[in-house]
Amino acid sequence: MINLDDPKKFKPLVGQAHQVAMNMLRPISRKYDHGEHEYPQELDMLAAMVDGLSESGASGGAGASGVRRDEGGAEEKTPTGTKNGANLASVMSITEMCWGDVGLLLSMPRQGLGNSAIASVADAEQSERFAGVWAGMAITEPGVGSDSANIKTTARLDGDEYVINGEKIYVTAGGRADHIVVWASLDRDLGRAAIKSFVVPKGTPGMRVDRLEHKLGIRASDTATIIFEDCRVPAANLLGSPEVDTKQGFAGAMATFDNTRPLVAAMAVGCARASLDLTRDLLAKAGVEVDYDRPAVVQSAAAAKLLQMESDWEGAYLLMLQAAWMADNRQPNSLEASMAKAKAGRVGSDITLSCVELAGSVGYSEAELLEKWARDSKILDIFEGTQQIQQLIVARRVLGLSSGELK
Amino acid sequence: MSLLSNLKPGGRHGVPSGESRDPVGLLVAGLNRLAQSELLDRVGLRRPTEQAVFTVTRSGFSTLTTASRTFARAGSVAKTGARPQAATTQRGVFDLTPSEDDQMLVDVVTEYAEEVLRPAAGEADDACEAPEAVLKASLEIGLPILGLPESVGGISEERSAMAGTLVAEALGKGDMGLAVATLAPGSVATAIGLWGTEAQQQTYLPAFTGDEVPAAALALTEPSVLFDALAPATIASRTSEGYRLEGVKSLVPRGDKAELFVVGASLEGTPTLFLVESSAAGLSVEGDPAMGVRAASLTKLHLDGVVVGEDAVLGATDGTTYAECVRLSRLAWCALAVGTGQAMLDYVTPYVKSREAFGEPIAHRQSVAFMVANIAIELQAMRLLTYKAAGRAATGKDFSREVALARKACTDKGMQIGLDGVQLLGGHGFVKEHPVERWYRDLRAVGVMEGAVLV
Repeated sequence: MINLDDPKKFKPLVGQAHQVAMNMLRPISRKYDHGEHEYPQELDMLAAMVDGLSESGASGGAGASGVRRDEGGAEEKTPTGTKNGANLASVMSITEMCWGDVGLLLSMPRQGLGNSAIASVADAEQSERFAGVWAGMAITEPGVGSDSANIKTTARLDGDEYVINGEKIYVTAGGRADHIVVWASLDRDLGRAAIKSFVVPKGTPGMRVDRLEHKLGIRASDTATIIFEDCRVPAANLLGSPEVDTKQGFAGAMATFDNTRPLVAAMAVGCARASLDLTRDLLAKAGVEVDYDRPAVVQSAAAAKLLQMESDWEGAYLLMLQAAWMADNRQPNSLEASMAKAKAGRVGSDITLSCVELAGSVGYSEAELLEKWARDSKILDIFEGTQQIQQLIVARRVLGLSSGELK
Repeated sequence: MSLLSNLKPGGRHGVPSGESRDPVGLLVAGLNRLAQSELLDRVGLRRPTEQAVFTVTRSGFSTLTTASRTFARAGSVAKTGARPQAATTQRGVFDLTPSEDDQMLVDVVTEYAEEVLRPAAGEADDACEAPEAVLKASLEIGLPILGLPESVGGISEERSAMAGTLVAEALGKGDMGLAVATLAPGSVATAIGLWGTEAQQQTYLPAFTGDEVPAAALALTEPSVLFDALAPATIASRTSEGYRLEGVKSLVPRGDKAELFVVGASLEGTPTLFLVESSAAGLSVEGDPAMGVRAASLTKLHLDGVVVGEDAVLGATDGTTYAECVRLSRLAWCALAVGTGQAMLDYVTPYVKSREAFGEPIAHRQSVAFMVANIAIELQAMRLLTYKAAGRAATGKDFSREVALARKACTDKGMQIGLDGVQLLGGHGFVKEHPVERWYRDLRAVGVMEGAVLV
């Protein structure tokens, strides 16, 4: 039976994440926005706590953990066979953590996007070998952004090692992580099918962090440029199959995104809710409250705007839950994942920016966090596939067009 | 009336009241007056005007409401009527799968919408009338009794807001105007099922569960700008034997045929619902055709000192019943918008793939394809918002916030879908050869219409 209220079983998890966000992340939110590139040492303790929680099984996937389709059986099903599992738990807890601070969530030790990739595609041996690492994800290059099939970094097999050469930019947590998952091509003539991902431990000769970026937002999170010069890694560090299957093409690598896009949607949803919650409170103190029963046109412009933002927010939130719920129930969710990210990304920007406008100089000043959230939200409509890439994916799916037809 | 004020342009024909005429304007106005003069007709220069008869296709013609059947009084006025049980969810599990019963119902209604509503939609829109066969078929699939508990002759064991929402969506995909025409009687029945006393249920519901289901309408909207459904200008005043109703209701579906109305009126400052039979003295109906939803034969309902009995109040007089009614009605309009939005998406998708410009399908262009993508994204968000509100309504939870959020999305994004749908067809979207212009007009109803339908 259709019920779109929050799953009851995750109430404790969400409550816990909310408390962490409120009491651990918010107090240091401005500190690391100012102190860009300073290591948020407070997070070490938090990470240890999260690890403890996941070992006890209480977290239900509290971080940016990857999600496997084949894990099955772990969560109990309802009589009708519907599952509320790890994917829903992840998006809901990430929403809460990003209500606290997006940059700090992205800096959580051992919760990197590379960890998602490892969790999603590693075989049993690799899963064991890379358990407990902190892995950043290196895809983007100076000349290659959205068209990630076009990357120039190469990996050449030499004996039982791959030799990696290339330059990667915008590696989230690239400076702090102890491992990097890097995308490289085995043979640039074979196109996208030859692109594979490799786990490279920090300290491997030939890999170095070149510099850290200075950014508009999420300043608590370090964004690194990483250079690979004849960097040798064991062949066993290739994630997935080493075969270049031109039929399967890029699908394997891109499948990671089906899992991570709802997570980024969750970040946008969480950040936007932070703005919305505070603005609602500030407006209420100024005497503006939304009356849900009365038409927006007979209320103040501020109330009408608040209603519109809340409606957009809830739409994004429900699209996010839908994408996660489908993953939990093993339904293909590529379309819904992109819908969720597209909607959450643009709604996140509109809400955080509009909240600054509504709050006036209170919103624009560093005395409040509204201006920070309006800077943090922008990246969420860019990374893991820009707004335009999401629209492209949705359009191709809805219209049934190939990437050759709809470029 | 002086000549000057007669020639004052403001306030009529869509001209703002601040406008004034310059000498050229006065000359043109005079010429126009002459052109409209009966003098021309007397010398045989023009065909005789049509006789002024009541029609729902034009406003300005008033007539008495239809004579209602005799609703035989039965049951106790003092006793609460039968009430549907709140639906039970499975331990708060997030779930997007419809129940088996709901799915079966949706399948039946979808077939009806595709095979009966859609083919009849264009003509019904022109005629401002739902064909008899369409209305008959709606009875066969049980639309009027959908929201009624079994104990009073209905089909639902539990509160059926979710089923009603899915059904309204499916009907809206067929045609919004016909959907409103076919849902209107059931909406009144559902309201009586939800809030009626035993006497009201036993008096009126047998007619809805029988073979000759009366036309009936939930009349909440009023013809005023910035209309607030919770503050109706229609006034109910107490008399020694009941209440006296005074006011005008607008956009009332099939008001000329309706035998029973549920009318919203302010009783001592609190909005309240009243059951009004169409034979009541002082009721008259006027055609009120609108931009869209035309197949629902929209009318204005005039209440000039209509006297109803003590037992005419439906539900509570503290405003709670009225507010719930408004919310459930908005929920139904959201569902209709989702259905019509889906119709639009399903129509433009093959169109942009087959229509060629510059040597290839226009769907191969991002500006076109992204528009379709955004329709799909916002439509799904509208649907989820609507389902969330419906799920809460069905389980007896407060859903005032959820339905407000759904309504906001369905109003704004729904209209955007109407706008983009026409745009995607270009000039072809503007002509009646394609249904998209009708959906454009229909989608504007959401956010404007209050009442008429309810789940």
